[in-house]
Amino acid sequence: MKTIEISGISKNYGQVPALRDISLEVNQGEIFGLIGPDGAGKTTLFRIMTTLMLADTGSGTICGMDIVRDYSRIRKIIGYMPGRFSLYQDLSVRENLEYFATLFGSTVGKNYDSIKEIYSQIEPFEKRRAGKLSGGMKQKLALCCALVHKPSVLFLDEPTTGVDAVSRSEFWKMLDRIRKSGVTVFVSTPYMDEASLCDRLAMIREGRIIGTGTPEQIISAYPYRLLSVAGGNMYPLLKILRNTEGVISCFSFGNALHLAYDPEKTGLPAILAKIRENGSEDCRIREITPGIEDCFMQLAGK
Amino acid sequence: MKEFRASVKKEFLHIFRDKRTILIVMIMPVVQIILFGFAVSTEVNNARVAVCGDMSDPQIRRATERMDENKYLEITAILSSPGEITDLFRKNGADAAVCFSRNFGSRIPDGRASVRIIGDGSDPNTARMITSYISGVLQDTAADIDISVSGEKQSSMTPVVQLMYNPAMKSSYNFVPGVMGLILMLICSMMTAVSIVREKETGTLELLLVSPVRPLWVIMSKLIPYLLLSAFNFATILLLSHYVMEVPVNGSLALLSLAATLFVIASLAIGLLVSVISSSQRTAMLICGMGLTMPTMIFSGIIFPCESMPLALQWFSDIIPAKWFIILVKKIMIQGDGFTAILKELGILAGMAAALLAFSIKSFRTRLQ
Repeated sequence: MKTIEISGISKNYGQVPALRDISLEVNQGEIFGLIGPDGAGKTTLFRIMTTLMLADTGSGTICGMDIVRDYSRIRKIIGYMPGRFSLYQDLSVRENLEYFATLFGSTVGKNYDSIKEIYSQIEPFEKRRAGKLSGGMKQKLALCCALVHKPSVLFLDEPTTGVDAVSRSEFWKMLDRIRKSGVTVFVSTPYMDEASLCDRLAMIREGRIIGTGTPEQIISAYPYRLLSVAGGNMYPLLKILRNTEGVISCFSFGNALHLAYDPEKTGLPAILAKIRENGSEDCRIREITPGIEDCFMQLAGK
Repeated sequence: MKEFRASVKKEFLHIFRDKRTILIVMIMPVVQIILFGFAVSTEVNNARVAVCGDMSDPQIRRATERMDENKYLEITAILSSPGEITDLFRKNGADAAVCFSRNFGSRIPDGRASVRIIGDGSDPNTARMITSYISGVLQDTAADIDISVSGEKQSSMTPVVQLMYNPAMKSSYNFVPGVMGLILMLICSMMTAVSIVREKETGTLELLLVSPVRPLWVIMSKLIPYLLLSAFNFATILLLSHYVMEVPVNGSLALLSLAATLFVIASLAIGLLVSVISSSQRTAMLICGMGLTMPTMIFSGIIFPCESMPLALQWFSDIIPAKWFIILVKKIMIQGDGFTAILKELGILAGMAAALLAFSIKSFRTRLQ
């Protein structure tokens, strides 16, 4: 039995479709990432799976329980961390934790072991109001509050948005440890670089799943070859390359261009010649393996 | 049950940690009672009266002294000609003037003596009050003069007006019930609505809904703290009005508390309804401030008597819970009515409270939209 199984979920806000025919399966004990830009429908999908919202069509189960019919039983076994910091700012760290433990019919003492590792980091600030914590500490507290009742499935909606890079990588290490304790983690993020940290992932765009699988599967399914072009006058180059025969796409990617080409129609020498022809002699060009973001761009462009 | 207790405790922490809430809950009732009790008073105290007439006339002197002795009136000017009255009014030197006719004393026996009372009509309410005070005082004097002139009391029909329950016509008797209704209404509905909508805004409501706690308990844990707070407010208002405003509590205190509890439940339910329809704290404040306070002020009979409204508006005023509560408070506190006399109003209020509560709990969404 899959831990999370949803099929054919659609949801409209008035005339605007938010989710269109979403189907997903998540296995027990894995970190499943939902990757997509802002406004792709991630939060809506979370709300439907956490029984906070009803889908227009489609059905789903969490640990075998129906997300509509058995909502009260599901609410007992899931932990949910919404996208925004959603704890009580005027309560102290300890008060927040104790309140959420009580709310789920548990106590901090009983489940201290499961949150110890994370909570020990914010324990020195126990008496501080939650609103006065730094971003990283808020996020740790929110995670503690979502974990304090030992849920079987943990839903994290953009947990790393607005958190600095160090805290982000720390956070993913924590997720890894949570997974090892047997909890299934369903996490969403707008950051493509976090995708490789998931066991499996689904890419979502404009309410549609455009690709799913392990990070390796998604990368190996990339149908084209990819060049990184750096240096020279980037913007005119971008425009020229986009109009070159056999080039599928060309995007600016940090301080380089990622150029995808169809190896059946063109090759590296032809593209090199094209670049030289336009006077960009000093470009550093190398063949690279695609990242998740390249795959996302390719799938999104279809 | 443990979840419920923790939620109530949490709600109280919110209240006590927010200075604005404390201010509204603890200070506002006191300020309003004192404001309405003292500042916004329609009573006339120390009205300044100018007298125009020949002060060597003993009858005029007698009447003037009579007015000066009255605790509500104060003679501030003696004028020699009526022409000076306008001038005095313009300078705001007097609130009313009394003008005795020429040869006042000597004309009394043949009944041609006349007195004119001139009020400052730019403030009609006060003018009406002052002139009626003065004419009352003058009527008494006239009766005395009659006796002294003819030696016997002439038979004449002079109505004696007596105001039961409030002989001194104290305005606090009207305002205390009104303010009580207003404050309980405002605190219960606004605070409840704002506290729920705040959780909507910050997203904590999402967490509450996702928790296994049943929505009914979530609602109750929101309502109970404000019910307790309003009990505290009710006691404060009652103590203040009794010991500071000297408004009596003639009826049973238990009955009064019962009426207040019913009214508070109705207000809490209204607050819950407001929280369902508003998406931001500002909207909730506006709806409560404008949408609830204004109709309560206007249609509950605090300021304008409902009886003098057009029929349609009278019907409208019937659906305002505050109107019934204020009637109840007046009946119990001031008239000292017992249970049987207030059965109708109590029944209406109880019905409203039950209906509003049932409807608001039903419309509280257990899911997000």
